[in-house]
Amino acid sequence: MEELLKFENFTFQYNAQTKPTLIDINLTVHKGEKILIAGPSGCGKSTLIHCINGLIPFSYKGENRGRLTIKGKDTNKMSLFEISKSVGTVLQDSDAQFVGMTVAEDIAFALENDCVGEPKLHDTVNEVAGLVNVDKLLDHAPTELSGGQKQRVSVAGVMVDDVELLLFDEPLANLDPATGKQAVELIDNVGKRTGAAVIIVEHRLEDVLYKDVDRIVLMYEGRIIRDCTPDELLSESALKEHGIREPLYITALKYSNVNITPDMKPGHIDTIRLSDSDMKKVFDFYESIEEPKERGTRDKLLEVSDITFAYKEGHSPVLKNINLCIDRGEMVAIVGTNGAGKSTFSKVICGFEPGYEGKITFAGEDFDSLSIKERAEHIGFVLQNPNQMISKVMIMDEVAMGLRLRGASEEEIATKTEQALKICGLWKFRNWPISALSFGQKKRVTIASILTLEPEMIILDEPTAGQDYRHYTEIMDFLKEINEKGVTVLMITHDMHLMLEYAERAVVFSDGRIIADDTCASIITNPDIVREANLKETSLYELAKDCKIEDGTGFVRRFIDYERTVVNVKEREA
Amino acid sequence: MNNLFNYIDRPSPIHRLTGATKFVCLMLWSAAAMSTYDTRFLAILGAASLVMFKVSRIKYKDVSFLLSFTFVFLIMNNILVYLFSPLHGCEIYNSTTYLLPYTGHFAPTAEQLFYHLNYFLKYLATIPIVLLFVCTTNPSEFASSLNKIGVKYSVAYSVSLALRYIPDVQRQYHEISQASQARGIEMSRKTNIVNRLKSASTILIPLILTSMDRIEVISNAMELRGFGKRDKRTWYMAHPFRRPDIVCMIVCAILVVIAIALNIINGSRFYNPFMQI
Amino acid sequence: MKKLSVKTIVATGIGAALFFVLGRFVAIPSGVPDTNISVQYGLLGFIATVFGPVAGLLAGLIGHFFIDFSFGWGVWWSWVITSAFVGLATGLITSKLKVDEGEFAGKDIVWFIISSVIVHFVAWGLVAPVLDILIYSEPANKVFLQGLVSAGVNSITTAIVGTLLCVAYAHTIPKKGSLKEED
Ligand SMILES: Nc1ncnc2c1ncn2[C@@H]1O[C@H](COP(=O)(O)OP(=O)(O)OP(=O)(O)O)[C@@H](O)[C@H]1O
Ligand SMILES: Nc1ncnc2c1ncn2[C@@H]1O[C@H](COP(=O)(O)OP(=O)(O)OP(=O)(O)O)[C@@H](O)[C@H]1O
Ligand SMILES: [Mg+2]
Ligand SMILES: [Mg+2]
Repeated sequence: MEELLKFENFTFQYNAQTKPTLIDINLTVHKGEKILIAGPSGCGKSTLIHCINGLIPFSYKGENRGRLTIKGKDTNKMSLFEISKSVGTVLQDSDAQFVGMTVAEDIAFALENDCVGEPKLHDTVNEVAGLVNVDKLLDHAPTELSGGQKQRVSVAGVMVDDVELLLFDEPLANLDPATGKQAVELIDNVGKRTGAAVIIVEHRLEDVLYKDVDRIVLMYEGRIIRDCTPDELLSESALKEHGIREPLYITALKYSNVNITPDMKPGHIDTIRLSDSDMKKVFDFYESIEEPKERGTRDKLLEVSDITFAYKEGHSPVLKNINLCIDRGEMVAIVGTNGAGKSTFSKVICGFEPGYEGKITFAGEDFDSLSIKERAEHIGFVLQNPNQMISKVMIMDEVAMGLRLRGASEEEIATKTEQALKICGLWKFRNWPISALSFGQKKRVTIASILTLEPEMIILDEPTAGQDYRHYTEIMDFLKEINEKGVTVLMITHDMHLMLEYAERAVVFSDGRIIADDTCASIITNPDIVREANLKETSLYELAKDCKIEDGTGFVRRFIDYERTVVNVKEREA
Repeated sequence: MNNLFNYIDRPSPIHRLTGATKFVCLMLWSAAAMSTYDTRFLAILGAASLVMFKVSRIKYKDVSFLLSFTFVFLIMNNILVYLFSPLHGCEIYNSTTYLLPYTGHFAPTAEQLFYHLNYFLKYLATIPIVLLFVCTTNPSEFASSLNKIGVKYSVAYSVSLALRYIPDVQRQYHEISQASQARGIEMSRKTNIVNRLKSASTILIPLILTSMDRIEVISNAMELRGFGKRDKRTWYMAHPFRRPDIVCMIVCAILVVIAIALNIINGSRFYNPFMQI
Repeated sequence: MKKLSVKTIVATGIGAALFFVLGRFVAIPSGVPDTNISVQYGLLGFIATVFGPVAGLLAGLIGHFFIDFSFGWGVWWSWVITSAFVGLATGLITSKLKVDEGEFAGKDIVWFIISSVIVHFVAWGLVAPVLDILIYSEPANKVFLQGLVSAGVNSITTAIVGTLLCVAYAHTIPKKGSLKEED
């Protein structure tokens, strides 16, 4: 196969840094290949992507050694425009990438810059829009699109040039599971149809592996430590050792002491070949765990009755007759489609959006007449977008801000801030400006700043978007810990693993209504709800079917319970 | 979707003109109305603009919200002018005709009232045209229009970016202000200026800092897609000029010529009915 | 004229959007009719200082044009031009400051404040009223009084808000080789 891109002993250091971010990279990408790059947050994945598309060195300054060539040409001798002819990038932030005022204009953007005239301009836009299935939305503004649709538009926008290499930086962050699945299909289709090579950076490994990938490149602290096929990598323990989450069925097989080898084709749940003895092992594992007990009843904490809310008067409501009751000390997950109203619901509870109909009470107290600030004394709220919460420049000041405003003493502030920063894995960076952090790190800053306040209840909107498994586990374990001490936790998430692993109960939103409210395992194994709310069945369920375990729900429930009680305890002790 | 352009898509001859034509006409028309205070000319322009409003099929209720602002502004300004200079009209028209037996500083004079009439007419001649532009121009086409009439495409594109991001910035402002209240920042209106500015800046700083990040991401995204590669660029939304476009622009250009001619004939910017008396 | 960088263009666009939103929805009344405490001038001072005179000029021009436009009272050209002038002049006077390299302290702050005050007094005390008289033939005493009040209020706003923004922004820019992980 023809070589498209080649890193040779490539090292890169940002000007502001004291040590290199990429170290001794050797990587070759051939025509038409599809590669997944995985690695913990901050290991240099985005930096690598920027080196390929030319933003390094044209936009971000630093020093590089070694060689990077695209089609045999040294990138140091190419202009940004020359690179962009063969490399198309879909940035993580599909909102910022959307520069046109409407879908059509945004898709046309690259063509306009190339002085393409009529009728070719309109024809190409129509054709490409059809390919990614946004041809009915051509005159829509970005505010009128869902997250998944915006993602499609970004892909269309780079497809108008006949690029040979497509780069995707975390394309699935913030997409609901079903939309994420569609995005993976779309990327796969585009790659096959155009013959372009594809590089995807993503934390949601299992979701990307849903369609075939030629190679996985595992990065750790600026180095490439593995570069092999998914089948090989999943047979090893490298992922787990470096803080990356394996697909759940792999974890379940490992718990069952099944020895996974590359020729079992473990890259995909549909292709994996299990021998009868393997199936038996899984079945024995299932049998060996007791069904978890139902919990007793507790006091009511938050009661929401008959909430209806519209952003603008006369517009159709975003929330319709919502009834929900959360008990003290519960850990509840809210899941559902993009745009179903989950964030809106939490904003209504916290008083951000007055003008709702219905009634909210908190610990028996009437909440409706309280201001945002008064409600915040009971409920801590971590917003979906960290940039909307951060109002200080330095990390320390941001995390201490809430305590300062409440007039806490400097000693108290110092100890609580230190504790929160350590939990969120930010202690090393405590004297950095927030602007030098990656997205996942910023999100942790906002979580830390709420944790210092020790509220009775915490609402987290997408706490783990863009987080790697290690930090994700650290934060979630801490939340679990305070939850056990009596703090009520409500989290909004698209991550089915997170829901299964940490929540006792899940509330499912679809189109402004609650369509289900049950234990997580029963929800995720109910096909009707899964379809209506754009969720995704877990691969555990399929594994159970493959191993002839009839009660799939029970298998999922026991797996989670095992992980929670046996594995996590063992790991914490170690 | 966009609070700025109140684009209302109803087929009419005015909607069919290109954005560039409408923009040129708006500028020429405003120049004509601004350069003279000739009462007759302003009255004709005012009447004509009302007629065009009818032609465009924009209804009063589409713009009543905007008009209420204008109305308040107009009244305020008229009162202010009167309070500060009740004899401004007399200076301009070089005569004084008291309307009441009372002749103190604030006594109404025919000249002053006539000046106010002119002031009012000036608005009548321009406001409907601006509203017409706002309601019949597709904002997407606006930037390409600017480029078409000779503004550099880079500048035209920053206009387009501004229009694109206004709704985003607005929403973000709202959200940041709520988030900071949730963390205990007082936004009360009852304090002095310095405190008000301080609490405003607890919203402003995050808003501006995210915007700075955004500037970086957007310029990267634009550069990656080849913005600024060439000296020219095409526009998806641009339309070619047709005959009605040319006619409109010529008519508006003639209006400017008339306005200037009137200024010369009148010997000043004002038409002075009091001289003949 | 040298070709504008993409960053300047984007800064102009976003700057104008911010100017518009702040001016249109966040006006705090100052007590004198037609004159608000205009936070947007603090922003404009900041944009002009960081991105230079061209971005300042255009952000002021476009932003103010849109504000007038959205109120539907026609475009009040004298003030639109004055806003553009503020952006241009601030950008020129502060061109020696290096806020985008993370430097803004002591002398720089004093320089920024003094230049904002001068720029606003020239702009609102002189440019705007003269244009008002030339274009709209308004009475001189009215426009000069309005102008002086605006000049006072806007220079205080710019001095406070603009300085806070510049300080905050300068802090976000790490100095060369300054980021070190600590234990
Ligand atoms: N512009 C910059 N200036 C200085 N340092 C930077 C810059 N961008 C990133 N870094 C640093 O480089 C390291 C790698 O960052 P990068 O964004 O490549 O991580 P990542 O692997 O993409 O992480 P994530 O999964 O959180 O997106 C981080 O420690 C970060 O602090
Ligand atoms: N400030 C707002 N003004 C008007 N409409 C809004 C606003 N915020 C959200 N909406 C609309 O309300 C609906 C629900 O949005 P919301 O953000 O609550 O969804 P969500 O369930 O949190 O979705 P996601 O999973 O993508 O975060 C969407 O259609 C959205 O476009
Ligand atoms: Mg990244
Ligand atoms: Mg949401």
